[in-house]
Amino acid sequence: MSTAIKFENISKQYRLGLVSTGTIRHDLNRWWQINIRGKEDPYLKIGEENDRAHKGESEYVWALKDIDFEVEQGEVLGIIGKNGAGKSTLLKMLSKVTSPTTGTISAKGRIASLLEVGTGFHPEMTGRENIYMNGSIMGMRKSEITSKLDEIVDFAGVERYLDTPVKRYSSGMTVRLGFAIAAHLDPEILVVDEVLAVGDAEFQKKAIGKMQDVSKEQGRTVLFVSHNMGNIVTLCNKGIILSNGKMIFNGSIDKAVDLYISEGNQSSEYIGNNIHQSCFFKKIYFSNAKGNNVSVFDYKESVMINFEIKINQLVNDGTLSFTLIDSKLRPLFTSHQKLKIFDGRMTAIIPAEFLLPGTYFVRSVMHVPNQCFLDTCNNDISFSIEDTGNQYTIYNRADLGIINANIQWKE
Amino acid sequence: MNKDILSESEEDSKTWNTVIKPKGSLFEIDFKEIWRYRDLLEMFVKRDIITQYKQTILGPTWFFVQPIMTTIMYMIVFGGIAGIKTGTVPQALFYLAGIAMWNYFSDCLNKISNTFAANEGIFGKVYFPRLIVPLSVVTSNLVRFAIQLSLFILVYLFFVFFKGAHVEPNVYVLLLPILIIMMAGIALGFGILVSSMTTKYRDLTVLFSFLVQLWMYATPIIYPLSTMSAKKQWIMALNPLTSIVETFKYGTLGEGVFSWWQLGYSFGFMVILLFVGILIFNRVQRSFMDTV
Repeated sequence: MSTAIKFENISKQYRLGLVSTGTIRHDLNRWWQINIRGKEDPYLKIGEENDRAHKGESEYVWALKDIDFEVEQGEVLGIIGKNGAGKSTLLKMLSKVTSPTTGTISAKGRIASLLEVGTGFHPEMTGRENIYMNGSIMGMRKSEITSKLDEIVDFAGVERYLDTPVKRYSSGMTVRLGFAIAAHLDPEILVVDEVLAVGDAEFQKKAIGKMQDVSKEQGRTVLFVSHNMGNIVTLCNKGIILSNGKMIFNGSIDKAVDLYISEGNQSSEYIGNNIHQSCFFKKIYFSNAKGNNVSVFDYKESVMINFEIKINQLVNDGTLSFTLIDSKLRPLFTSHQKLKIFDGRMTAIIPAEFLLPGTYFVRSVMHVPNQCFLDTCNNDISFSIEDTGNQYTIYNRADLGIINANIQWKE
Repeated sequence: MNKDILSESEEDSKTWNTVIKPKGSLFEIDFKEIWRYRDLLEMFVKRDIITQYKQTILGPTWFFVQPIMTTIMYMIVFGGIAGIKTGTVPQALFYLAGIAMWNYFSDCLNKISNTFAANEGIFGKVYFPRLIVPLSVVTSNLVRFAIQLSLFILVYLFFVFFKGAHVEPNVYVLLLPILIIMMAGIALGFGILVSSMTTKYRDLTVLFSFLVQLWMYATPIIYPLSTMSAKKQWIMALNPLTSIVETFKYGTLGEGVFSWWQLGYSFGFMVILLFVGILIFNRVQRSFMDTV
């Protein structure tokens, strides 16, 4: 295996705020310091860590700071991070849309980036014209596109609309066509940013399948940014985590996702105050059978999910539901109960030895089924089950699933 | 042992065919890359032509309407009210010749000077040599120019055969291709210079838009250069467009001032302008996404 992409000491500084007379002063000062006095750029020193939530002192922030990693050929790398962590900036630099402030990126082979599908599509032009347009924007030669036209049209499923202006396409069709062109570009390196968020489930599956083909069968390298951990886990084999412009993890994708989820914003308690709703969650928390308020459980313990609620106004058919979600963000099951009390606690009990060790999330809502939401808990809260030894421990952490099913055997 | 590793990494570094660095040298312009993207240039030109008049009833006829209306207006305002003489040449012909040339130049210039702002969306999403966009503008506007030129020829023939107008076309008309290249070159060089400077400081856009309007009056479009004194002619010739327009009028109508020196000056002006323009444009295209 050889290295396909190398990020060396990559940093990117942005200036916040508006362009105004201050900008020209900074520009002149910078020019004076560098060219006349032969010093370093004075503004490179004063950048701050990119933390959106806190007001900083300086106008300059580091969107990315000292990023150093390599991607092997044929690897599918997932880039994980919260909004504003620097994921898109990293991909933008790789696709040469913007240049780094310091450092070097070296890559082998053609890079095709899907920061947005259908870049350059002109609504007045037909599907066929746009295939040529978009293909050549991405650096394909005309003859290359002609030789792949049938494949592209077939993959996108737009044959009937090929000579119709793209403005008559549904948004799903536009995305499919855009993805189809990029996927048939045969790049050595494919950069994909959340494009799968649009399009129906069938197409998402097809797109992921295509990306897997590209990496596994053709040995291409893929860089993939998504907030959907499920897609990341299925597709990628390596992962890096970005946080406030710094790389905090680089390793296998499973570890990356686990770390991201456990170190992320996930809390084990929800405190709400939507007092204007007809009913609302005051508090949601976990406890064990002894009544202790904990979020880490033994495999042999039952998990109590406590909902403290208040009802201001009784609603017919008001229901409390929660969905249990696993660490790959797949929903496992949902349970619900009619609202009967006005001010007090409802407890759901997940039996002991039912969930295998791992991290789980609870998403809660009060609603009138199929009609309206009364209160939603905007953060999923999480608990984890420790591996304290069970009959599956001998399998040494192979992915055995989530649930210990009570299966009867006969001999 | 150490040597082995060294040579291996040296060999390795040769295979990196994409290297992205903060700021390259000023003269790092990849002309080969532009050549590789020539199909994109073709597609952009095609797109401009196809989409410009879609969903209009008159379609490309608009290319005719605009210069005809302008000519009539000039005949009323400059020829009639202001009483500016056009030499021995019929007014309509004289104005049409100037308008065709000027329109090509100003259309190119206005559109190119807007390159970064107008293509912000696409530039922010995908990389290709940015110079392709202004090049495509210069090329696609040629179609419009050709149509206006054919209008000029039609009117020309009408005046020669039906009105017996006194025009003296001569061998210098063969310079037309070079004149077009010079027009395109100056519009391109000046346009990319302006577009590079306006990405960060938008003030220049305002200044620039009326400068172009004034520029037309500093170019012998509505008046013949020959009516001026020699000293004034010399000042006028500093404008690189003067000799281009005059040569065109001289070659087709026999009315105008022609000098190889002045044409050579304009050519030199274009070469330097293009050189500086491309250097600065190339510099700006690397970082403009952060400032726009």
